[in-house]
Amino acid sequence: MMNNTTNYDHIPAERFAFVQENEKLHDQDLQTKSRGFFADAMLRFSKNKSSVIAAWILLFLVLFAIFSPIISRYSVYDTDKLYVNFPAYVPGVAAMNIGIMDGAKTFDSQNDTAMLKWRAIAEETGMDPVLRVLNTHETEVKYRGQMVTRTTYDIEVNYYFATGMIYKTFSYDEYKALQAWQNETGIQVIYPYVDPADINGQTDTPNVWYQVDGSGVPVLDKDGNFIPVYSTNTSGTGVAYDSIRIDGDDGSYAYASAKAGAVQCRVLYYNYYQYVNGHEPSYILGTNLMGLDLFCAIGAGARFSLIFAILVSVINLTIGAVYGAIQGYYGGAVDMILDRICDVLSGVPFVVVTTLFQLHLAAKVGALGAFLFAFVLTGWISMAALTRKQFYRFKGQEFVMAARTLGASDWRLMFKHIFPNAIGTIITSCALVIPSTISTETQMTYLGIVNLRAFAGTTIGTLLSDGRAAATSAPHAILWPSIFLGLLMISFNLFGNGLRDAFNPTTRGVDD
Amino acid sequence: MVKYVLKRTLYMILVFLLITFMCFVLIRMLPLPVLPPEDVHTKIVMMRREALGYNKPYLEQFGIFLRNVLTRWDWGLSEKLYYGQDVWSIFVQKLPASMVVNLYSIIWTIPVGIALGIFAALKKNTWVDYAISTLTMVVISVPAFVYAFLIQYLLCYKLQWFPFLMKGGTDWFSWPMFVSMVPAILSLSFGTIAGFARTTRAELTEVLTSEFMLLARTKGLTKTQATVRHALRNCFVVIVPAIFGQFIGILGGSLIIEGIFGIPGVGGLTLNAINGLDYNIFILTTCFYTAIGLAAGLVVDISYGFIDPRIRMGSKK
Repeated sequence: MMNNTTNYDHIPAERFAFVQENEKLHDQDLQTKSRGFFADAMLRFSKNKSSVIAAWILLFLVLFAIFSPIISRYSVYDTDKLYVNFPAYVPGVAAMNIGIMDGAKTFDSQNDTAMLKWRAIAEETGMDPVLRVLNTHETEVKYRGQMVTRTTYDIEVNYYFATGMIYKTFSYDEYKALQAWQNETGIQVIYPYVDPADINGQTDTPNVWYQVDGSGVPVLDKDGNFIPVYSTNTSGTGVAYDSIRIDGDDGSYAYASAKAGAVQCRVLYYNYYQYVNGHEPSYILGTNLMGLDLFCAIGAGARFSLIFAILVSVINLTIGAVYGAIQGYYGGAVDMILDRICDVLSGVPFVVVTTLFQLHLAAKVGALGAFLFAFVLTGWISMAALTRKQFYRFKGQEFVMAARTLGASDWRLMFKHIFPNAIGTIITSCALVIPSTISTETQMTYLGIVNLRAFAGTTIGTLLSDGRAAATSAPHAILWPSIFLGLLMISFNLFGNGLRDAFNPTTRGVDD
Repeated sequence: MVKYVLKRTLYMILVFLLITFMCFVLIRMLPLPVLPPEDVHTKIVMMRREALGYNKPYLEQFGIFLRNVLTRWDWGLSEKLYYGQDVWSIFVQKLPASMVVNLYSIIWTIPVGIALGIFAALKKNTWVDYAISTLTMVVISVPAFVYAFLIQYLLCYKLQWFPFLMKGGTDWFSWPMFVSMVPAILSLSFGTIAGFARTTRAELTEVLTSEFMLLARTKGLTKTQATVRHALRNCFVVIVPAIFGQFIGILGGSLIIEGIFGIPGVGGLTLNAINGLDYNIFILTTCFYTAIGLAAGLVVDISYGFIDPRIRMGSKK
């Protein structure tokens, strides 16, 4: 058998046959499926692994931007005055006790007094703020001539529970409505009033409901329990309290104190929050300086950034394409004059453009309009240069000459014959313009040169600058917007590069 | 060549004047700040406004402005932030901080960037190359202030290696000053390193595949010899102008990084002038940034001609 296939010298004549003898040869239809330009590009794109991954991440981020404001219970205009720079907390997840989204904040070196105070909050509200003890330190301290062992604890505290009570002033109507809500839901918001005179004149410590000594240390009875000092002065509240009372209340405790036509109450903020918002606090990524839900705010900010960047690049693309087409097609003096205009415009620093536009136009067209104009003023130049180059490349070619001979007008030549050849380059460069626009936009809003809070609610830049104000105490408020921005930039650039390489295989140069 | 340089410089000055004029007019059109009536400087500022022709046509105002600048280097007085002080002297005080930080940054980043680029190009299509290229891409994409936040949080707050903000004082080259600058220097460095690494890699891979490299190897040079003598020289045609551009850019400072690390530099001054609407400072910084931008472009263009004799500047295409 081997001989038969390799022995080419002696092939018997009967093995040969004519392909055609008395018939005409025709071109055959292509047997393979023809592949269009776009499909070809997609194939090349999908071979570039990093770009494909980037595309998926990008898709995820875009979906996040679209859906997170919808999923979130909050909007960018819901700001909480007290839950400011709070860590991530979702009641359902926190209940599972797996160490995430439980509103945990670390408190170092809590001594016994501090621990007692945490216990007091837990006892009164029924919500224990202390999640877990991380470390226990024992130190020998010399105290009044004796060596004493002092124990301090590093603990993680549920910051939402730790807030505990606040003093809040209500009108009589609100007070009544709140009581009605309490009766209806069984959630206690109003807790017995404590007169500052009963706790050594300590005002401003709404969480103290027990006897304290002169330095604010809780005084315990012989069983180690707190001694309640709830006010029993019921005179002058104006409105009777007719709702849930705490355990151990024989009906003598006062639940409000009269304050000039209104009542002041000790309110458990966590429950009061439920009364106001209709649900427990639930912040997947925590809150920021403005008390915004970061999960929603990042999404809303990113949504604005994306739409804005796409708008900017579409406008710049159009202007740049027309401008560059005219430059490239006519050439000569027209090209030179138009090029000089570009030189002048591109020389103005962007910060200056933005500032001047904000100062002059913001009153007339709004901050957003002025910002958009600033981007448009110089943004199209690179696009024009790109189109111009493509026009120089194609305008001398035969198909253009043929079209011209057939009587096509200048406009038709430019946009029907030459421009389609350049469109691949232009579109793909658009994918790189979008991230740079987002980056610049973020910088300008971060610096506060442009304030879009009124229009967009928030932007990534605004979130970053809010986050920076508390970068050390609440790092999450700057971490999440930073991560989002970083990921968005990386994936957009990788995606754009992949797209460019796929659509213009000649300009890759990187991996030939 | 000389003629070309002259022509380009003159053209640059013309563009500069045009831009300055546009910005000048736009700034002068804004409503003037209300002056504090009791302050001793108010009378002087009012008299200066008169002398500067604030109620004359804009072209004439610009003429007076130019004359003052050109003959006496007089950029006007600050009317808000540093009330009654000479704008130029304030500006000069701010310049060193920006320059020193940027200088430290580029001094070490350019060599590192180029070295990484060369390394990646020589090890093309190996994991080293992929690692460097991907990292470069990632680093370039992320805006510098994101690094700044990270660095400030990790190095300054968590590890406490460096002070949170830059030290005050004017001892620019002392050791404590340098230590306090390190976070800012680092934040500025990543982008530059990545930029140079990417340019170098792209340029060198192209040069390495060209035919004269084959010739160099064929005539008996070792790979190192061929790379150092032929490839590197050719790829520096692109890199050296970029280095020049960077060096001019050090003057400018960075608006955001300076704000984050409290560097008393030009960027911060610009930002304060914008937020505080101090027009004279704003005009000065506008001119300054415009001039830097144009000068960097000019130097890059011209240096191409000097470095690479194959590029004939100003010749007809």
